[in-house]
Amino acid sequence: MLNKFDIQIRAEQEYAVLETAGYLNDSLGEQLSKKAQELIEKGYTQLVINLDKTALINSIGISILIEIIEALEERNGTLNFCGLSATQERTFRMMAIAKYAGIFPDEKTAIANF
Amino acid sequence: MKNAVLRDEVCLTIPMDHDMELVAAKTGSVLAELNHFNEEQIEEIQYAIIETCINAFEHSQSEDRKVYILYIRRVDELECKITDTGVGFTPEDQHNSISKRQGMHSDLRKRGWGLEITKTLMDEFDIQSSENGTTVSFIKRIVS
Repeated sequence: MLNKFDIQIRAEQEYAVLETAGYLNDSLGEQLSKKAQELIEKGYTQLVINLDKTALINSIGISILIEIIEALEERNGTLNFCGLSATQERTFRMMAIAKYAGIFPDEKTAIANF
Repeated sequence: MKNAVLRDEVCLTIPMDHDMELVAAKTGSVLAELNHFNEEQIEEIQYAIIETCINAFEHSQSEDRKVYILYIRRVDELECKITDTGVGFTPEDQHNSISKRQGMHSDLRKRGWGLEITKTLMDEFDIQSSENGTTVSFIKRIVS
């Protein structure tokens, strides 16, 4: 499948994990943003975005991730990323995302670091 | 570049349609794989192609709505030349576009990163732009 995408949500009491699969472009980004907003409106302020199954992200997708960071900041929340490839992590650090969100190797570590 | 012997050239034309940048990226990925680039380098090549194509899609204003990609596969490197026939841009245009796109934090800029990402990930990078169009060229070398 060239670009079959999906978002899985695992909501616990204190935090929620959004796991993406597929190319993170404007389409998947907007779906992700919508689901993150729904969680934020429900009161979640600690979110993990697991990108382990997302092999490619474009800069439009990243701009939507920044909007999620900003939405959480408005509620004093935190966004942690995990499952990034080396290139994704390098790009996130270049774009200063690492300054405003956590970057962790796996979901367990991302959850443990809220 | 001087030691590189020309091996193959592949030309691809893509329409400026949603996700068409993936076609260009996958082609680059296959060529890179044939050249025995490592996994991380193949990923970097794909990101560079995606970002450059998207930049053309969004900003070129080309009438034919097409992007022309020339892949040049050499012994120890892959070169990509990505061309549009749009209106071109100047470094000032690029700077102004970036300045308008700041969010809550001045260093957390949402858009205008495409060519910067490409430049960072590639070993050589060049832009030739005029009122007749733009060609972004970049080279990735194999690290053994």
